[in-house]
Amino acid sequence: MIAADVRAVRVRDLTVTYDRHPAVHHLSGEFRPGSLTAVVGPNGAGKTTLLRAIAGTLPVSGGEIDLGGLKRREIGYLPQQAALDRGFPISVLDTVLLGHWGKVRGFFGVTRAMRAKAGEALAAVGMAGYEERQIGSLSAGQFQRVLFARVLLQDCRVVLLDEPFNAIDAKTTADLLDLVRRWHAEQRTVIAVLHDLEQVRQHFPETLLMARELVGWGATDGVLTAANQLKARSMAAGWDDHAPFCERDAA
Amino acid sequence: MSEVLAWPATFVVAPFIEFGFMRRALIGCMALALGGGPVGVFLLLRRMSLIGDALSHAVLPGAAIGFLIAGLSLPAMSAGGLVAGLLTAALAGIVTRHSVLREDASFAAFYLISLALGVLLVSTRGSNVDLMHVLFGSVLAVDDAALLLVAAIATVTLLAVAAIYRPLVVESFDPDFLAAMGERGAVYHLALVGLVVLNLVAGFLALGTLMAVGLMMLPAAAARLWGRQVWSMAAIASAIGCVSGAAGLLVSYHADLPSGPSIILTAGAFYVISLVFGPNGGVLSRRPALRHRVA
Repeated sequence: MIAADVRAVRVRDLTVTYDRHPAVHHLSGEFRPGSLTAVVGPNGAGKTTLLRAIAGTLPVSGGEIDLGGLKRREIGYLPQQAALDRGFPISVLDTVLLGHWGKVRGFFGVTRAMRAKAGEALAAVGMAGYEERQIGSLSAGQFQRVLFARVLLQDCRVVLLDEPFNAIDAKTTADLLDLVRRWHAEQRTVIAVLHDLEQVRQHFPETLLMARELVGWGATDGVLTAANQLKARSMAAGWDDHAPFCERDAA
Repeated sequence: MSEVLAWPATFVVAPFIEFGFMRRALIGCMALALGGGPVGVFLLLRRMSLIGDALSHAVLPGAAIGFLIAGLSLPAMSAGGLVAGLLTAALAGIVTRHSVLREDASFAAFYLISLALGVLLVSTRGSNVDLMHVLFGSVLAVDDAALLLVAAIATVTLLAVAAIYRPLVVESFDPDFLAAMGERGAVYHLALVGLVVLNLVAGFLALGTLMAVGLMMLPAAAARLWGRQVWSMAAIASAIGCVSGAAGLLVSYHADLPSGPSIILTAGAFYVISLVFGPNGGVLSRRPALRHRVA
């Protein structure tokens, strides 16, 4: 069970830009402590950008992110698979052991206990026996299980998942969803970028619907209305190179 | 029979026993290989192999300015090469960060400017022989001071790689994870580029600017086809570099060929052999198998 002092992750007037164009635009709200939230929206809506800004891998252009007193490394982050070099010569065990980052010191810092914990995490995601395999030899589903094992090992109070079930078979999705539900039961705050709205309705009690700007945030049924989805689709148009500069920044 | 047994001694060992310049060249090559192996492996894994080549050309104007000021002076040419290499790397980094150009394009632009400037400087003030020395070096002319510098650079490189090994591996494989852990990946990237420049400065003393990168990248490319982990690749690359240095020197000695190209061609031979027989992605390991397993 996770400690009861979990605090909300808040974003206030958050803007993140690429080449002066906003990917996330003046977004405000909070992920309640212990909540299980799906972040949905059309392509280009800024979902991954939001997650990366919270994880600290992208600079913020305006506004702020309040991690509720947590340090960056106390947030578990599962990136999209495409962001990793699958051809890199690293074993499954070494990939999972990265979850101990910050605890490993010195040249021989990985202890037997750390290895044992990594083994347990691999067993929990159904990957026992794969420790010495190279990540390049795994299927997409197996590799996603390995990345979940790394997050499991991090043992964080806030977990960010970027498209965790993309290109994954039904069995693997079901197993990993079980893990997500377990984290939710342990009162961890889980935030997942997803595309399958049916999956969101079934498994995620809260939803943030965004199209660069906030469209809806709250109970899933109240957010995923036809009107909100239509609004999101209409807002997520492409960049306009001649768009005027935002006046809200000056206000 | 005794003649057969004596052959390795006369062919392999005797040149290094008889001649001091051969011993110094051997130690110099081994030091270069020890430092260059791990650095080359990291460049290869980060898909920066050609950036090593670009930087090897970029040290030329610095070395040339050092040469013009102080003649064939080791400290002046080394310091000049170091400054030119680091300056090129810094400028390329700034351009990459603040423009649409990617790292390879900005490195290419600055190294071409740098190379032209270097050749211009040397050819306007020095003779062709001087230019050939800067471009191709001479491992057989490495004196004790140069040897000490090369050994010191190898020592610094190995200690630095050991100190930043973990973040460097993660930055190469999953840079977002490193950033999410609150680490500044750019620091490790710059440290690696700095080590590349240092090793190229060491390399050009012995092999010249054009071939300095050879003992860094060819063993690394060969090691990629044998090793399964980064550390084992680094060890294999250093070992291939050492053997290439020794074998190249012997070929050069016995066949009366220039030493630098002999060493690099020997490393090239190791690369070709690895390309064919390497178990991790070599041509033979990837051919369609006649038999397959049931699972």
